Amino acid sequence: MTELLVETPDFARERALMAETWASPRGFIGWFTETGHKELGIRYIVTAFVFFLAGGIEAALMRIQLMKPENHFLGPDAYNQIFTVHGATMMFLFAVPVMEGFGVYLVPLMLGTHNVAFPKLNAFGYYIYLFGGVFLYTMFFLHAGPDAGWFSYVPLSGPQYSPGKRVDTWAQMITFTELSGLVVAVELLVTSFKQRCPGMSLNRIPLFVWSMIVVSFMIMFAMPAVMLDSTYLALDRLIGTQFFNRSEGGDPIFYQHLFWFFGHPEVYIIFIPGLGFTSSILTAFTGRRIFGYTAMVSTLVVTAFLGFSVWVHHMFATGLPQLGESFFTAASLMIVIPTGVQIFCWIATIWSGRLRIATPVMYVIGFFIVFIVGGLTGVMLAAIPINWQVHDTYFVVAHLHYVLIGGALFPLFGAFHFWYPKWTGRMFSEAMGQTSFWLLLIGFNMTFFPMHILGLHGMPRRVYTYQPGMGWTALNQVASFGAVFMALSVLTMMINFFVSKKKGRLAGANPWKADTLEWSLPSPPPVYNYVHVPTVSGLNAVWDAAPDQPYVTGMRFDRREVLVTKTLDAEPDHTEMLPGHSIWPFVLACTSFLGLWGAIFFAWWFSIGAVLSGIALIGWFWPTNEELHDHIVRESGEPGGTNVGAPEKHPA
Amino acid sequence: MFAIALPIQSALDAAGPQAARIHHLFLFFFWICVAVYVITILFFLVAIVRGRRRSIVEDNPANDRRLGIFVGTCSAVTVLALFVLLFSSVATGNAIGSLGKEKPAQFEIEVTGHQWWWEVKYPDAVTASNQITDANQIHIPIHTPILLRLDTRDVIHSLWIPNLHGKRDLIPGRVNKFWIEADKPGVYRGQCAEFCGYQHAHMALVVVAETPEEFARWKSHMSEGAPTPMTPEQTRGQQVFLGAPCANCHNVLGTDAYGTLGPDLTHFRSRPTLAAGQLLNTRGNLAGWIANAPAIKPGTLMPPNQLSGQEMNDLLAYLETLK
Amino acid sequence: MRTRLRGRAVLWLVIAMLAAVLVAACHREERALTPDAPYSQRARPVRVSDLQPGPKQLAATALENPYEGNAYAISQGQQLFDQYNCSGCHFHGGGGIGPALMDDEWIYGSSPTNIFMTISEGRPNGMPSYGGHIPDAQIWQLTTYVRSLGGFEPKGATAPRSDAMQARKSEEPK
Repeated sequence: MTELLVETPDFARERALMAETWASPRGFIGWFTETGHKELGIRYIVTAFVFFLAGGIEAALMRIQLMKPENHFLGPDAYNQIFTVHGATMMFLFAVPVMEGFGVYLVPLMLGTHNVAFPKLNAFGYYIYLFGGVFLYTMFFLHAGPDAGWFSYVPLSGPQYSPGKRVDTWAQMITFTELSGLVVAVELLVTSFKQRCPGMSLNRIPLFVWSMIVVSFMIMFAMPAVMLDSTYLALDRLIGTQFFNRSEGGDPIFYQHLFWFFGHPEVYIIFIPGLGFTSSILTAFTGRRIFGYTAMVSTLVVTAFLGFSVWVHHMFATGLPQLGESFFTAASLMIVIPTGVQIFCWIATIWSGRLRIATPVMYVIGFFIVFIVGGLTGVMLAAIPINWQVHDTYFVVAHLHYVLIGGALFPLFGAFHFWYPKWTGRMFSEAMGQTSFWLLLIGFNMTFFPMHILGLHGMPRRVYTYQPGMGWTALNQVASFGAVFMALSVLTMMINFFVSKKKGRLAGANPWKADTLEWSLPSPPPVYNYVHVPTVSGLNAVWDAAPDQPYVTGMRFDRREVLVTKTLDAEPDHTEMLPGHSIWPFVLACTSFLGLWGAIFFAWWFSIGAVLSGIALIGWFWPTNEELHDHIVRESGEPGGTNVGAPEKHPA
Repeated sequence: MFAIALPIQSALDAAGPQAARIHHLFLFFFWICVAVYVITILFFLVAIVRGRRRSIVEDNPANDRRLGIFVGTCSAVTVLALFVLLFSSVATGNAIGSLGKEKPAQFEIEVTGHQWWWEVKYPDAVTASNQITDANQIHIPIHTPILLRLDTRDVIHSLWIPNLHGKRDLIPGRVNKFWIEADKPGVYRGQCAEFCGYQHAHMALVVVAETPEEFARWKSHMSEGAPTPMTPEQTRGQQVFLGAPCANCHNVLGTDAYGTLGPDLTHFRSRPTLAAGQLLNTRGNLAGWIANAPAIKPGTLMPPNQLSGQEMNDLLAYLETLK
Repeated sequence: MRTRLRGRAVLWLVIAMLAAVLVAACHREERALTPDAPYSQRARPVRVSDLQPGPKQLAATALENPYEGNAYAISQGQQLFDQYNCSGCHFHGGGGIGPALMDDEWIYGSSPTNIFMTISEGRPNGMPSYGGHIPDAQIWQLTTYVRSLGGFEPKGATAPRSDAMQARKSEEPK
């Protein structure tokens, strides 16, 4: 069934037609009209990676500052901005968008379709994210970066204690990036439920796609909470509402509830795609299907549900009623169970599979070694009395980096190496890949393991310096030294990727002998993905394919048609025409940005932005000639439209 | 010039029943977690070794059933361990909550957070005017449960004295309470644990745990006003103090200085540190602090003061009497 | 090529506009964490009236407020206003024992110089003289805050509310 094997008499002609139909726009303006999922997915990933480097530089600056007590390298003002921007960058501008980028790039490929369900929305999501990040960094470079922490607790972040536009910047940046998150969540959900190729019933969806589905649902419930919270904060700060003013009946604790109702699920939003990467990589490198597919999927769903019932463990020190707190302890402990089941299933998979070692697998091994530590310290943090001691100390700094770097960054770097041949068509240097892994593993543990001890020995978080004689100096120096190795690891990986892009040997379609549909395509995949929509007959699409695996015929090559299938069993339903290039997503992102950014400085900008956005939306929805023609054909009931009837399957 | 931390600040060195209970619970969790980690990683490594050696994939129903039993057993053990942990956590929480309900001898201390120092008050139930006000240190008698009432004048802070207890937030508009008790005499350091602005790093305090007799002596000393200046130098110094910005913000019992913006200075020379734990309380540090506090602690409300050498000397001479 | 050039032009225009906005924003965002305004700036005389006899209008002595339009100074001034008990007489700008500060009547003038002199030197009938008792930098912070109450400071630098009970709604005219 693989695309490479298909050779119908008209194949060359069809391929040329598809390449023309789905071609990317050209030129400088053209760059802003792109709606293809692979191009946008890569943009997401590259942009997020640039922000990751920025966040890493901030981390390095903090480590330099903390190398000795009462250091004057950074003052409190600079340090507060840097740690706030570091947190905000890593959470909002790197971790979530990079996972979304992978989703946007891979999900349509894995499902056997041509593009995501709403290509223009996809482009809009990217620009609004980009603007949010550029905005934050513009303010930061002007020495007006937010400085109240990535959580920006009121009243410290409120109008009285955070003058100027610093915290407003943070609040609007949240709106931008979470809007982008919601947009991607919507399109991935619709794509995953309606555009799967025939044969890919719910129980044959690759685990990575399942992880994106679960994450998308979580985003839809979690992101609005924080957007609401940051908007309330912005309103308090800009027009003097009283949401969080205790003297006028507001409540600062309410802020924390809303924030962590988002903030804890956010952790799962970040590392559940990591679980998906791990499953993909392990399947390919053990050569067997994942043991306990149903358990894997259901535990993902359970994690998503439980993830919404544990937020109060970030607030145990605020003095809530004890019985209520115990409930959240129980929930926080319970969430270990689904993750535990996943880990046991992976062990079972490795146990009974035939494991090949390569860089992606090394990163998965690193994921196990590091992430389980983070999970277990998480168990400690769930216990209220222990939490009272270690909350807001370096113990928590260690814990959260073990969870996020272990649970998300290790699998992510594994995924970079795993899909690198697919993106570029070339192999990276295995030696350099493994070097970067060892540097990261050693550097990471050197940097963050001592922080557990620092926290227990009384070092609080978010301090710009500490005093001599506290016994914290040596461990801080070890931590700062370890950061050098982490920087070297990232550098090695980047050099490896840059050099291999030109000089690496050709990868071919499926260098890892992996199982999901994207490996049936040439590397890099053509702009249209599949000439003919494929069909699948098992969970591991490539492995289970018959030599004469059918594919879908009867779809037009001269317009951007995708096959829409039924939600449960993916039976063909109808075809739908996707929009092509459009400048309007970019224009709408500009006008929204103008309105939201301007509102920080002058309330009327919001109205101006709204009117301009309205105009942009009219442009967005203005039908093309092709769409008008389709509409007339459909209304008049004349035959000839392609939207009539389902295409048939023909054996090749 | 900076304070050497004579007192200790560690969650692993309990000096009272609350911290000791948490420490025990922590050790219990810690060893269980270590065991879980070792076992899991062991399984993982064995799986890798077996997986590497294997020549064909074992993917058949019989083998899957065995693996299912493995996963099921591991999950069941996990659930069991979690229940044990949950019960031990709740039991410790209840034990911590019960302090103060058993012993009759106890009293209350009010701690108010300011950016970036701690105001400590010992209310007197009989005569309200006998209330003692102090800053950045808490004196407590040992073997006595103390109820701390926590409030804040500005943003959220969090009081954390790891040797005695975990932390509790100071939140505007609500009074948080918690109980501490010290078992052995000593000086324990505490620090603000909720990010509160520029000088969050320099917002420390010490808890001085002493025998009830020592504590009573300290208390009666604290309720006295400041001594009258004796030497001409000290008298001139007092005039500098009352005329310069000092008196607008600081209170000295028995003089016309009754500012409440900064720490009470009536007995401030008896505190071990200056500037909320940042500097040792020496004459030199004090002079530097008065001359240019913002240079030492950027963001502080304590302004720089332009005093002549003579004025500074007199002022220091006067301030050193405030013991 | 043509679209390329036009695209570049648009790009530069956007960059120039952004730069203009940003430069204006810089002073507002500065933070004087270590204030060091000298005491000696208390020069006089300062005219408190715009009316002068005769045809020739003499220039008034003006002191320069280092914190004009600075958000951090306004915020610090707001804290000091409560802490030095200015609110004891003026309440939160609405007036009581002392005159209101949020209306447009200024007995001794509303310029930064006038307000600085009012706080520093005092005025008859009850306004104490704070000069020398509090540092000049703080008097300037108070001046800037008081001017923000009167609506003389840019809105972008002024917090629309404090964390206290509110004397008036934020949208009521100043």
